[in-house]
This record gives sequence, structure tokens and C-alpha cells, in this order.
Amino acid sequence: MTTMNTTPEPLTKKDFKTDQDVRWCPGCGDYAILNAVQGAMVELGRRREDVVFISGIGCSSRFPYYMETYGFHTIHGRAPAIATGVKLANPALDVWMVTGDGDALSIGGNHLIHALRRRVGIKMLLFNNRIYGLTKGQYSPTSEVGKVTKSTPMGSLDTPFDPIQVALGAGATFIARGVDIMGAELIEVMKRAALHEGGAFIEIMQNCNIFNDGAWADVADRNIREDHLVHVKHGEPLVFGRESDKGIVLRGLRLEVVSLADHAVEDLLVWDETDAAMAWLFCGQVSPGLPSPIGVLHSRPAENFEDGIYRQLAAAREKKGAGSLDALLYSGDIWTVEG
Amino acid sequence: MSSDAKTTNDRAVETLEQATIRFAGDSGDGMQITGSQFTNTSAIVGNDLATFPDYPAEIRAPAGTRPGVSGFQVRFSSFDIHTPGDSPDVLVAMNPAALVVNLKDLQPNAIVIVNTDSFGKVDLQKAKCETNPLEDGSLDAFRLVKVQLTTLTKETLKDDGLDAKSVQRCKNFFALGMVYWLYNRPLDVTERWLHETFGMRRKKPELAEANIKVLRAGYNYADITGLFQTSYEVPKADLAPGTYRNIQGNQALGMGLAAAGVLSGKRIVLGSYPITPASDILHQVAGYKNFDFVTFQAEDEIAAVCSAIGASFAGQLGVTTTSGPGFALKSEAVNLAIMTELPLLVIDVQRGGPSTGLPTKTEQSDLLQALFGRNGDSPIPVLCTQSPGDCFDAVIEAARIAIRYMTPVVLLSDGYIANGAEPWRLPEVSDLKPIEVRHPGAEDAEDFRPYRRDPETLARPWAIPGTPGLQHRIGGLEKQDVTGNVNYDPVNHQRMTDLRHDKVARIAQDIPPLETHGASEGKVLVLGWGSTRGPITGAVDRLFGRGESVARAHLRHLNPFPSNLAEVMARYETVLVPEMNKGQLALILRGQLGLEVQSYSKVEGQPFTTDEIMHRVEEILG
Repeated sequence: MTTMNTTPEPLTKKDFKTDQDVRWCPGCGDYAILNAVQGAMVELGRRREDVVFISGIGCSSRFPYYMETYGFHTIHGRAPAIATGVKLANPALDVWMVTGDGDALSIGGNHLIHALRRRVGIKMLLFNNRIYGLTKGQYSPTSEVGKVTKSTPMGSLDTPFDPIQVALGAGATFIARGVDIMGAELIEVMKRAALHEGGAFIEIMQNCNIFNDGAWADVADRNIREDHLVHVKHGEPLVFGRESDKGIVLRGLRLEVVSLADHAVEDLLVWDETDAAMAWLFCGQVSPGLPSPIGVLHSRPAENFEDGIYRQLAAAREKKGAGSLDALLYSGDIWTVEG
Repeated sequence: MSSDAKTTNDRAVETLEQATIRFAGDSGDGMQITGSQFTNTSAIVGNDLATFPDYPAEIRAPAGTRPGVSGFQVRFSSFDIHTPGDSPDVLVAMNPAALVVNLKDLQPNAIVIVNTDSFGKVDLQKAKCETNPLEDGSLDAFRLVKVQLTTLTKETLKDDGLDAKSVQRCKNFFALGMVYWLYNRPLDVTERWLHETFGMRRKKPELAEANIKVLRAGYNYADITGLFQTSYEVPKADLAPGTYRNIQGNQALGMGLAAAGVLSGKRIVLGSYPITPASDILHQVAGYKNFDFVTFQAEDEIAAVCSAIGASFAGQLGVTTTSGPGFALKSEAVNLAIMTELPLLVIDVQRGGPSTGLPTKTEQSDLLQALFGRNGDSPIPVLCTQSPGDCFDAVIEAARIAIRYMTPVVLLSDGYIANGAEPWRLPEVSDLKPIEVRHPGAEDAEDFRPYRRDPETLARPWAIPGTPGLQHRIGGLEKQDVTGNVNYDPVNHQRMTDLRHDKVARIAQDIPPLETHGASEGKVLVLGWGSTRGPITGAVDRLFGRGESVARAHLRHLNPFPSNLAEVMARYETVLVPEMNKGQLALILRGQLGLEVQSYSKVEGQPFTTDEIMHRVEEILG
């Protein structure tokens, strides 16, 4: 088993780049995310050999090829299961998973929810561009209702998943959200995720400028985004808007946007990231018309699944002594035939 | 603890070389426990033995019906045997359904012990009996022993204050006590087991006491009433010197996995999803935590194999256990392990198919799935287990190949081996050969290439996360030779496809030549794989003993084959291939070696009997 260490010799972002040409479409949101992840690795002081990137299939899942760490580009939807195996074999490794909305929420939905409910210590990055990019533009499980694509010429009919709701429902203990082009904020939530005791889930709103350009236009457009985003911070009131002139209050079981012209900051909801119920309130179906929350939506400490496994191994050794093949084979009802 | 129930009797004792008993009842009647207890006692007494548990897929099928009958057959002997016997000498039938479905298999003049308390009108209706078999003459060919098992059990426990249901559940031990008397077996092995199971583990000492009381009552009842004119003795078998234990196939697989971990110095990470008849392996190894053995019950079959692959990537030995339908779900992931050239053990305990098929019945019909059930040209080594005890060696061998050649390996077992039992001569742990593991280290960083191959085995290096300087990326996309970078070049794809093929073919260099037993050349070679070894051995040895020109050979390795296979087959006029499928090995032998073989197919969910194979060979001999 390896141990993670930080040494005085600092690495730079360049140290986390591979010799492979990055092959996402020009203008893809993934470039910005790659840059942020490499930045986070540097700021966290990670050693390259202790980090593993696991991905499934899709545009986002090419990610490991561009990280100078250990990497495994696996099969469609199965990254959470493979990452779980890596953690079971060596809990000391820093395991990151990169997935997309189709990979994680469609073909891999089962593995995602189970890895989250088990609290495997994997840090998951879900790049959500609300479209199938690598197969050239079919609607995805996060596409809005009525999405017209090659496979839905008259518009899609199915209600999309909200990845945050899925993660909350599955019992994730760290849930955060970022935007591809908001690098500084992304790095902050990634650092929080990295240091979180337990698994972490980060949805990254990402643009696909080829098949779904403007997927998140309202939160990506610098001119208007502050009116459509709220940066949630633990212990701080929910204030947002270009002029910081709006806030969010709790009314009954719903959140509501108010103008600070006629409300005091003291009336606003103070964000408590340890309270999962608060994150639920932000979900579209519960409180319509809210800005998109960015930052750490929920965080509560929990034992990693793999740590629990190793605790049991140690307890068994303590109780029975280290395993001996002789003792195992020559046990129970045995008898000897003399020669 | 010795039993005071054992008394001497003055009736005749006849010595037999072997006997076969079948216990049959409802799935809730405890027939599997009853059979296992008789088996354990016979093992300790020193007999050779073989068992065949046969039970319905339903946990509690409708009581008293024919499909709900659960059976356990045990054959024990004073000589070397290979199968659980073709036809029982004794049938214990707890109800009419258990009686009628088993009658056809019995020896003429077999002893039939029935519980007459369950032959009422309703019981007969449930079993779809128009007349009472106890009265309609259908048992005339047998020695019928009528016992009021339920009444006698109630009577025995009338002062114990147990509830009616618990009393009712003890009646199988009354029957067991009677059969112990019939074969002059001691009671102490079962009494000890009852104390351990009910008394210590389940903290219900009153149930242990009640069952022991009923067991002794059954024994004494047989003794006092003179129901049987004769009792029997089957002396110790002349087994090879050594220490033995009674073992089931799934148990031996679990122990073999623990051994593979110790021998390789690798932690075993076993990802599995419950499936009949493989689940017992997971149960078994879940108790090996002090071996640093990690078990993971995944959310599905796919996650189970994927977690194992992740573990192998991280430098431990990933294992997944399953049966046919689960193996089908794992195909894509197994191909990922083929492409990324990671060690992985896939253990398939085969059952009747296709689809959900016959979950509790045995079959060998996953061979072609193992060999070819994946997209692309995806060669994989395939091995099989041949008997319960053999599972231990087979799984160590499979692990050795997986690690040495950096490849997933399929190990095929089947339901017959999984649940069947035999005395197993325990290996000397010090005789087990270590499994060599090599990981490149930081010192190899300068010139490290993830797909540079070992010239002898063509294996790529197993560089594991945590090693400074060896960071690399792998995945399911085609690799460039040597560098392992993603590459779609046509010439490279041809080369990599050839390399993956050649690597698996090269394993033949480590496979011992196929041995034959019997005539070294001649008329008939019976060639088998997997669990048919028992009946083939029984049949061919008997024919060869009679001076017939026959031989037998049993394949452990199904891909690649032992190098001398074609040469061995060519020494016989006819090669007969009995398989519990529609001729899958026969197809491969014809296609791969271009040699004609006679396929002998049986897919009844039941193993071949020795007689069936003997008759087929006799037909060929003419």
C-alpha cells in the first residue's frame, strides 16, 4: 500500500499534463475543466503516482489520457464500479472519477447510486452538457423536456434527472456544483471534495459547443450569469445578483427570491451545508424559478466504505490471528489414514 | 462425546463394499442437512464417498408436491469410488411425492423407509397420487419399512415444552437415527454438530437437545423394533495415507482462493453478486477476513467483475464468482480485462441454461460462452474443475496463469461439483508452489512502457498505482504496441490482435501433457472435461478391467489445450466425448483440431451415471 505524501518539491500544472494531444473539439468546455483539475492537483500538493483517474465512455471520459497520473479509461457506465475496486485494493490512492450525463445517469445509473450510497471514497466529477456528444447529438437523461435532437425529431418526452437530486437521493455525503468556465470556483470545490472524508460528487455544468451550444447559457454568459447563479457558502445568507441586490428566503417549505430593496439581509436563509434538506429545497421541482446554486451544497462527514472494510479485516485478524493456510485446511472434522 | 444410545443387537450384520442412500422430502424437511450429516459421519468412519444434493429452485416449493421434492444422495464405500451411485439401496421418503418421484431410480429390493404419518388423503392429492402407493402394489419390488415418523417424534418430545413447529422439524433426525442404526454408524459426529450449530452458534441449546433426543430415539427404535432383519457394515476404504476432510466444490474453491492469495502475496479482492449455485463461494470467503481477503457484494454482476478489474489494476488479485446468466452480463467487462491485459479470475459455476434455465441443476453448457461470448477476437484461457477436492488445485492454477500471463482466466465449475462432496486428501501447505509476481518499480521509470512484453510469456508489465514514475493510462480502446497509447492504425491492430492471441496460445508451454488411463492405444478413448470425470472414470476403469480396449482422459485446460491432445486422440479408433451440453467440446475439437469425435450429450440437469457411459462405450465396442 502506498502512502500519500506532500513534499517540499512543488509540482506545477505542467507536471500533470501528458504527452498526448488533447482531442476534444475546439471550444469544448472540457478544456477548462482539465485546466482546473490540474490546478487543483497542484494546489493540493498531490504526487502524480498517488492519483488515479477512472472514466467511463463519452467525450468527458477521454480525460484520463490527459492527466499525468495513473489512469483507466474503462467501459460505458462502469467507472464507479471499477473505481470502487481500486479503492478496495488500495484505499490510500487518491481516486477521481470522470463521467458524463449519459455515462453516469443513463447506462451507469445503477453503479452511480450504489457507489454514492456506499460512500466509497471516490471523488466524482460529472460533466453535464445535457447531450450525447461522442455519438453525435442524441438527447441525454439531463436534456430538458422537448429537446429536439437526431433521435427526438419531435422533441424528447421524458423528464430529465437533476444530478443533484440523484446524489441527494442516493445519500451522498458531499455534493457540489460548478461551471466549466468558472475555474477558480471549480478549483475550490474540488479541493473541498478532495479533503472531504468520504466520497464526493461534483456536477460540472459544461457546454458542448457542437451539439448543444448554450447548454447552460444563463449561467455561462458573463453579462447575465450573476442574476442566474447563487454562490452558496456555509454560514452565509443567500445573496445574489449582479448588484448583490437579491436574496433567497424560506417561505413555508419553499425557497423564494426576494429583492433586498424591501428585505433585510437578516431575513435571508443562511446556508447550512450540513443540512441535506436545504439542498433539496433548491431542486427545481420543489422551488421553481430559483437561480442555480454553485458551490458546496451539502457536506457531512462519513466513514469511507473502504475504511470500514479494512476496519473489519483488522478486527478479524485481531480476533482470529493472521490467516494461516494450515489452520484453514486442517480444521473441522478431519481424519488421518495411516500409511 | 460418545452416545449412550448405541446398543448392541443380536441381529445379523452383513458387510458390504458400498451402499447408496437417498434422503427425500419437502424442501423444508431438512433433507440436505440429513444427507450432509450422514456424509460427514461416513467420512469420519473412513469410507470413500460421493454425494449428490438435488433440490428445487424454489426455497419452499408448495409442500407435498412433486416439484417440491428435495433429495440428497450419498454413496459410501470401502473402495475408491467416483460417483454418487446410479441407483440407491435405501430411500428415505418423507411424503408420497418424495416416494413416487424417486422409485424409478431404486435398486431392485431396495429398502424404502416412509413416513406413514404423511400419507393421508390430502398428502396423496398434493402428490397427485390416485391410489396410495403404500397399498396399491407399486412397492412390491422393494422392502417397505413403514414408520410413523411424525407421531414418534412428537411422542419423544412430549415433555420438552417445545412448540409444535419445532417438534415437527425434528423428525428428519428420527429417520437419520434409524439409518445410522441400519449401517452401524456412530451418532457422535452429528450430536457434536447439533451442539455446535443450535447450542453454540444459534444459542438454542433446547433445540440441540431435542434433535439429539430424537436422533437417539430413531436409532433405538430401529434397534428395538426389529424393523430390519439385517444391519450393514461398510468398512473403511483403503484411501491413500494422509489427512482428510470431507469437502464440497464451492468450499474448496474458497479455500483455493485463500491459498492463491497467500502463495502470490496478493490480497484477493472478490467482487460478486448472489447467484445460484455460486453464492456459497462468497459466503465461504467472507469468513476469510483474517487472510486480508476483501469481499464485496456488488449491486449487480457487472459491478462485481468491474470491481475485481479495478482491484487488479490497483495491484491486487481481482476475482469474480458467478453462474451462466451472470457471466453473460460480465462479458463486456471481461473484454476490458483482455484489452488492458490485467489478471482476473472469473469463476463460473455452471447451471442449466439458457436464460434463467435450471438454477439448481447442473450442466456444462457455458463452455462456448467462456471461449467466445464476447465481441471481437478476444482470446481467454479457460480451465475447469473436475471434482470437489480438485477445485482447490484448479483455482490456484488459474490464478497462476492469470498473474504470469497478465490475462483474465475463466474457471468453469458446475452445480454438481459445487454442492457435491468427497473426502479430500489435504495437501501439505509447504508443498504448494509460490505464485511469482513481478511489479516494476520506480527504478524502471526511465524506460517504462506499459505494453512492452516479456519475451517468454508475452505478458505486459504489471505496474501499479503508487509507484513513482510509472504513471500510465490504459483503457478499452486499441493500444499501440509497446507504448500502449490509443491507436487506430490498421497494421497495429492486426499486430495487437495477433499478440493477444499468441499470448494465450503460449500458455500451452506451461500445461502438462494430457495423460491417459487404460489402454495406451486402441478402440475407444473417452475424453471428458469437468465433472464428468467421476462417471467416466467409473465406467472406463470397469471396462478396461474386463480387458476392453478403452482409455480415458480428462482435460483441465480447455484453452489452450495440452500440446499433445491431437496426438493422444489419434491413437484411438473412436474418441467419445460425453458432455452435459449439446456437444460444445466436440465442436471445438472438430473445428480446432480437425479430428472426428463422437459426441455423447446429456442435458437433463443430472450428471451422467456410470452405467450410461459404460453402455455407450459398449455400443461402440460392438
